[in-house]
Amino acid sequence: MYRITIMQARELLQSKKLSAVELTQAVFGRIDSVEEKVKAFAHLMRDKAMQQAQAADARITKGEEQPLLGIPIALKDLICTSGSRTTCSSKILDQFVAPYNATVVNRLQAAGAVIVGKTNMDEFAMGSSNENSSLHPTKNPWALDRVPGGSSGGSAAAVAAHECIAALGSDTGGSIRQPAGFCGVTGLKPTYGRVSRFGLVAFASSLDQIGPITKSVADAAILMSVIGGKDQQDSTSADVPMPDFIQALNQDVKGMKLGIPKEYFTGGIQPEVEKAVQDGIRTLESLGMQTVEVSLPHLDYAVAAYYIIACAEASTNLSRYDGVKYGYRTNNSDNLANMYENTREEGFGEEVKRRIILGTFVLSSGYYDAYYLKGQKVRTLIKQDFENALEKCDVIAAPVTPYPAFKIGEKLDDPLQMYLADIYTISANLAGIPAMSIPCGFVGRENLPVGLQLMGKHFDEASLITVGQNFQQATNFHTQEAPV
Amino acid sequence: MDIIYLAKLARLKLTDAEKERFSNQLGTIIKYIEKLNELDTQNVEPTAHVLGLNNIFRDDRATEPLTDHDLINDSPASSKGHYEVPKII
Repeated sequence: MYRITIMQARELLQSKKLSAVELTQAVFGRIDSVEEKVKAFAHLMRDKAMQQAQAADARITKGEEQPLLGIPIALKDLICTSGSRTTCSSKILDQFVAPYNATVVNRLQAAGAVIVGKTNMDEFAMGSSNENSSLHPTKNPWALDRVPGGSSGGSAAAVAAHECIAALGSDTGGSIRQPAGFCGVTGLKPTYGRVSRFGLVAFASSLDQIGPITKSVADAAILMSVIGGKDQQDSTSADVPMPDFIQALNQDVKGMKLGIPKEYFTGGIQPEVEKAVQDGIRTLESLGMQTVEVSLPHLDYAVAAYYIIACAEASTNLSRYDGVKYGYRTNNSDNLANMYENTREEGFGEEVKRRIILGTFVLSSGYYDAYYLKGQKVRTLIKQDFENALEKCDVIAAPVTPYPAFKIGEKLDDPLQMYLADIYTISANLAGIPAMSIPCGFVGRENLPVGLQLMGKHFDEASLITVGQNFQQATNFHTQEAPV
Repeated sequence: MDIIYLAKLARLKLTDAEKERFSNQLGTIIKYIEKLNELDTQNVEPTAHVLGLNNIFRDDRATEPLTDHDLINDSPASSKGHYEVPKII
């Protein structure tokens, strides 16, 4: 029963063939049987979830119809939940309880969702493998000795292992799409400004976006229609009309133009992965899409520009963790200065410290122009690349990653190699455009999932949903079950 | 890069092992980042923010604020409604 999508669950709940309490119990039963192997969660919210499920059943009995009424959903543990911990999988926030809900949480609850728990992540969303969690590494449900990707690895693994019906993650440089690709599920990073960041713990404020990780494109459309839209609490949330994402599911792709960026198919991509992505593109052609070659000439510079900008923003955002107002404080200090230093040394993990140092360096006097300003200028070039390419097509198709899920420990000692795992996803964040990962094949002896990435114009998530839905109606990659 | 100076700016007390490891790793990363110098950006404007928003105002309407109690509760050390920190002077 826990294997169902939001779409299927809604039908069963509304027709009273299933109650929200039964569904929520089934999901927790599944968690009890597989969580020990997968370790997708940072912590569970079992009691509150059961209360929310009972409340949902009462609302269903009264005839209420809400898009997520009674649907068990998991949240990445950097989305603030009033009264329950929000840890960012970091020691420095391990006991932190936010005094308010993130806007997306208020919107999910108004839509009737049942929040089952908070998912594990790379500490402060910094990482591509979930190995940077201070709690434990999450495992890939397709191969338990492999990473689920990151930083929303817990959310992607929880969806793939059916430990929730759907989840929210956040994406700063690929943190929704890369784990969705590695775990064989659907992940959508909305346009920057589409979803409120109020109550999202900040990593890099000009890049972060919350988005859905789901079992299907249709489910992503449902979640987007709930969480998207202007929020007065977030001045960077855009006052742009919300299209009807559910309507977008019924649109045909015939005649739509699919841009193929040649730079994404040269160099480091594994041949089997490339073949799966090319097959996916051919499927879309067979559905009536017209392919056109486009060029994104600055792809090779995206990782470098990204790590300057993201680390600069992170080093300033994370200066707030000082052991005074909230979070961990060291026991080992005798004055204010060494209280700050020891709190941060003991509270932050290695990757977070590395990025704070790098961000401090690129912002420091004498280096600002050479690094930070240069990175921002290259960001302009990357943004222009996409604007030019998207004049020639409706949606761009590309790989999500150059290879499938790698082994736990494989890249841990080489931060640069880990950063390069995000080479195909980072540009969409720099440009601020929406991008989605959908399963398009399986490779190797272990049958590891491969993702196809679709990227669109600013605020045109609807076209991604249309293309993704047509693809999923013609294929069954997204309904394959992880062996866990 | 002067790792000791940067750690001081960032209020991080790194261990000796971290100082050495980070120096090496960040050296490699910075060398990689310097590939941006291949690009001529003399006439390119920097992008700080993709939407180009400015002066966003919300409605001038009072809402219920969080209480001092809500906020102080999260502090690792407080007394009588105030944050407590080690002696400064």
